[in-house]
Amino acid sequence: MIVEGKKKIWSEYQKDIPDDHYFYVRSCIRQNFFPASEKVFLDIVRNRLGLDFFETPHHTTCGGIAYHSDSIPQETLMTIVARQFALMTEAGYENYVCSCITSFGIYNEIIDTWHHYPELEAKIRGLLWEASKREFKIPKSVVHASDVIYKLRNTILENGKYRLVNKTTGEPLRVVEHIGCHYSKMFPSKGVGGAEYPYVLTGMAEAWGGTVIDYPERRHCCGFGFRQYLVQANRGYSISNTHKKFESMAPFKPDMIITNCPGCPYFLDRWQYVIEELEGKTYGADSKGIPVFTYEEVAGLVLGYDPWDLGLQMHQTAVEPLLDKIGIIYNKEDKYKI
Amino acid sequence: MLYDRLMEDYRFKEGLNACINCGTCTAICPAAEFYKYDPRIITDTVQSKDEAEIEKLLRSETIWYCGQCMSCITRCPRKNGPGLIIQALRNLSQELGYFIDSEKGRQQLVLNRALCGNILNYGYCVYPRTFHHSDHPESGPVGKWIEDNLEAVHKRVGSNLDGEGPGILRKIPQSDLDELKRIFDVTGATERMEKIETISRERAKDLGLSDEEYCRQVFTINSEEHYI
Ligand code: SF4
Ligand code: SF4
Repeated sequence: MIVEGKKKIWSEYQKDIPDDHYFYVRSCIRQNFFPASEKVFLDIVRNRLGLDFFETPHHTTCGGIAYHSDSIPQETLMTIVARQFALMTEAGYENYVCSCITSFGIYNEIIDTWHHYPELEAKIRGLLWEASKREFKIPKSVVHASDVIYKLRNTILENGKYRLVNKTTGEPLRVVEHIGCHYSKMFPSKGVGGAEYPYVLTGMAEAWGGTVIDYPERRHCCGFGFRQYLVQANRGYSISNTHKKFESMAPFKPDMIITNCPGCPYFLDRWQYVIEELEGKTYGADSKGIPVFTYEEVAGLVLGYDPWDLGLQMHQTAVEPLLDKIGIIYNKEDKYKI
Repeated sequence: MLYDRLMEDYRFKEGLNACINCGTCTAICPAAEFYKYDPRIITDTVQSKDEAEIEKLLRSETIWYCGQCMSCITRCPRKNGPGLIIQALRNLSQELGYFIDSEKGRQQLVLNRALCGNILNYGYCVYPRTFHHSDHPESGPVGKWIEDNLEAVHKRVGSNLDGEGPGILRKIPQSDLDELKRIFDVTGATERMEKIETISRERAKDLGLSDEEYCRQVFTINSEEHYI
């Protein structure tokens, strides 16, 4: 790999990320499995940086998991999304930020489809009116919450307490980044760095002192597969894909994994536990797993949040090896205190 | 004509341009590594407009193997989207009731109940009170600890579980859930759910199984025929 060449290409794949005034929508999966990540995201942008991120209690799921599991028709998905856009319009916002990659892909897909098929947009407007007497404007800008953290990465570093550096050796930590398929595989121009050289997480990891590993299966799916995980009979698909990724990354000795999509950290975390239970195999040093994080959790660690306020006790694969490498001060006894 | 029915689906229109049978999609496809599955053949079959072959597909296990990662879209040199074509095929298979002819297709019943149930009852696709450790042992001892201490754990990390106002896992007001129900009604989701329920119930009856036994089978049975 010619690193310099890649950096040059990356720099050409930038997207417009507004500075402020966002309508914020949550992620079903993140709220279930990594709830504190959304908490810390809003705490950083609102309370630490004084930005305007508005949330209405009336927003709902976008329906994305049901859609990609083929449980709801396309018109249903589009009308639920149209309702979210209506809530944004009613609140007086134009910039839309979501906390989920599945949603992000869906918003991009819907706006693109409406652009190509205006009669479908008109039909959905009619269906939304029929169902809820609402009208909407299409957002001027749709970004994923990680785009915002990416944009703020240097500010986070400047206010940071820790860096992604091994305290003992002074070496950058070795980071695997996993951006999630729907971030840019469908609409490469919508993601920072496109589909070939996605830079959203790499930019964070590098700014915060880490070095990113380029391993063969870097872009392979985490293994979610929607129905391939949700139905127990199909889960062999899910764990096999995760297994493939771990086998591919292990020789590069990663210290940590940073993820973009709310689902991926769940699978990369939990399937490591299952692989260990089934085969006795672990992928990190000292017979331990490789700790897996959301990007908000990593931003929180850099900024000096307490690991248990970040919800790291909700991970199955222990995070302590990474905390210790960085030299983060934390209280072991507090981990499961509730 | 089945091809014309597929053409009514915008995903099909977007997903099928002209396939040159290069096989790039198959090379990148995670489902093709795991299952007896080949997106190139599926794309070629639908573009052949062979009605009998399309019907076979609609009744097959094959269309249910895709994981919807959309890696094929990035790679196809002709801008086809086998993952989109699959969505259109699955949609039509359910519309026509053909999903009942395959083991993987029959899983739509449990998916619909779980996902549409969560959306209509809570406003979320996934909801912690319906995500049971017993159905998800892979969530590990930590998953069990979370389930056993759900409210306390969520409170500790700052969720607003079932609370008023905004926040993580807040209770979504009934008026918003009513709107979602109306959206389901006017966009065909309710009708779709009822269709899958009716056809599945008939199948369960034919097999002499209770609803619970049928669902358990559909959720857990995985025959060897799916693999190469
Ligand atoms: S990559 Fe595209 S052109 Fe090639 S076989 Fe697949 S669908 Fe056809
Ligand atoms: S979307 Fe489906 S067909 Fe396309 S690469 Fe992913 S699993 Fe394969």
